Amino acid sequence: MIDLMLEPFAYQYMVKAIWVSALVGGVCAFLSCYLMLKGWSLMGDALAHAIVPGVALAYLLKLPYAAGAFLSGLLAALAMSLVRVRTQLREDAVIGIVFTTFFAAGLLIVSINPTSVNVQSIVLGNILGISDEDVVQVAIIAFVSLVILIARWKDLMLVFFDENQARSVGLSPTRLKILFFVLLSACTVAALQTVGACLVIAMVVTPGATAYLLTDRFGRLIIIAVAMGVATSAIGAYASYFLDGSTGGLIVVFQTVLFLLAFIFAPKHGRLAARRAARALPEHAA
Amino acid sequence: MNIHVTGQPGALGLAPSITVEGVTVRYSNGVTAVNDASFALGAGTICALVGINGSGKSTLFKTLMGFLKPAQGRVTIAGLEVRQALKRGLVAYVPQSEEVDWNFPVLVDDVVMMGRYGHMGLMRMARRADKEAVEEALARVNMVDFRRRQIGELSGGQRKRVFLARALAQGGQVILLDEPFTGVDVKTEDAIVGLMRELRSEGRLMLVSTHNLGSIPDFCDQVVIFNKTVLAAGPTGTTFTEANLQRAFGGVLRHFRLGGAQLHDDADDRRVTVLTDDERPLVLYGERDHEVVIDASRDVVR
Repeated sequence: MIDLMLEPFAYQYMVKAIWVSALVGGVCAFLSCYLMLKGWSLMGDALAHAIVPGVALAYLLKLPYAAGAFLSGLLAALAMSLVRVRTQLREDAVIGIVFTTFFAAGLLIVSINPTSVNVQSIVLGNILGISDEDVVQVAIIAFVSLVILIARWKDLMLVFFDENQARSVGLSPTRLKILFFVLLSACTVAALQTVGACLVIAMVVTPGATAYLLTDRFGRLIIIAVAMGVATSAIGAYASYFLDGSTGGLIVVFQTVLFLLAFIFAPKHGRLAARRAARALPEHAA
Repeated sequence: MNIHVTGQPGALGLAPSITVEGVTVRYSNGVTAVNDASFALGAGTICALVGINGSGKSTLFKTLMGFLKPAQGRVTIAGLEVRQALKRGLVAYVPQSEEVDWNFPVLVDDVVMMGRYGHMGLMRMARRADKEAVEEALARVNMVDFRRRQIGELSGGQRKRVFLARALAQGGQVILLDEPFTGVDVKTEDAIVGLMRELRSEGRLMLVSTHNLGSIPDFCDQVVIFNKTVLAAGPTGTTFTEANLQRAFGGVLRHFRLGGAQLHDDADDRRVTVLTDDERPLVLYGERDHEVVIDASRDVVR
């Protein structure tokens, strides 16, 4: 039994998949704490789709694919903030316009050069088949992002909570927001390898949303979310060895299970607690 | 010489002041929100900023906070450019309740600690002085018992006091308050006014945007009456008059006047005028052009 449990660790590609997934899962979870609080959750989805033309072009020009993805993601983020600042359009409309445009451009490039790109590995991820160069790219992105986030998490929290206050203590909200979106695009690129473009959204939303149900303090929110991101990603990669299923699918299923548990059983914000409170209230009034 | 920026900006010897000279602010869509506004305020002042909604009060606040850059004119705080004043932690801001995300996962403590960020290092680790400043600020607004609550669990008055405590912890010598009395009960309003008086006697400068006309003569020594530009500015006694308010509010202000036979049996010219912007009304009494503010409004009309 134990031999069977340890079997995946005998394969180098499994070990690699597990730790790379865990690292990426942790950083994405960190970002999710901010993203879900601003109602910007769809931004992650938008970025993941907006990356597609960059990846397609990078393959076409034989450049490192993370570079192409990163540039195109950055371009999309800038386009979104530009349209948002310069028009009165609502955020979701702006996101909708920009991300479909980029995704369409990506599909167009792929359709013109059908042999150069493996669409499936972009859309669904392929962590078990990740090349060593890609591991280096992903690890550097995730590690640098993590260091920056740990150093600036309080400043980012202040900007997300109260921009005017951030300004009044001498911070630049615009610069910090740009920093945040650069990190988000970088981590979306990294997550593309593990879960694919379609499921990145879960990685940058679900852990933060789950932790939100469990605590009222931002510092703890981050710790819970990151722990959850690391654990679900590592276990997802590990379990995919036995189930022979998609790693991305498993990671996201594990995250959703945790979310549902929190949704029902969270001590203060869960459904059961809400029902208890509702039942206690009439007695209290009487 | 190195300027050592300490927790107390007063240590730099900069007296709080706000100077607005010919300031015009335009939005990117071409709308001019503030046009050629000028006024000056000094230390130990509570100044009311009065005007209808959409008169550009918020824009003026944003300009004072350096959020918007004037197209023309100049704003200085304590004799410094706004950016420099902000860097030195001279300006604190108490936001309108609607601007705050009350579901944000932060406790009362965390919010007040945010006022200290300007005094901390890059990682924003709280030192002993920061913790003491938070403690003291919470005690001053009577919120020590609520420090472990998530901010959304507080009442309207408590919420206001948390943000006042943040401004105190920050040590701002110039405090901008945006509608501090909206959604607040009379008791809290009195507590806020009492605290502001204390701060004034410490030499701080407060600019208060409010629709609560009736309470202005209570605690504001200066008034700026605003509609796209400064219509009138000066001491409350001479500036906060019916004529100036009528200019600022036009038909928007509710206006009642009782005089002549409605009040008196004899030929007495004195009359009662009630002006209200939907919050506590301003009540004036006396002969035409010699009316004085009377403070009977609170319990009668409210």
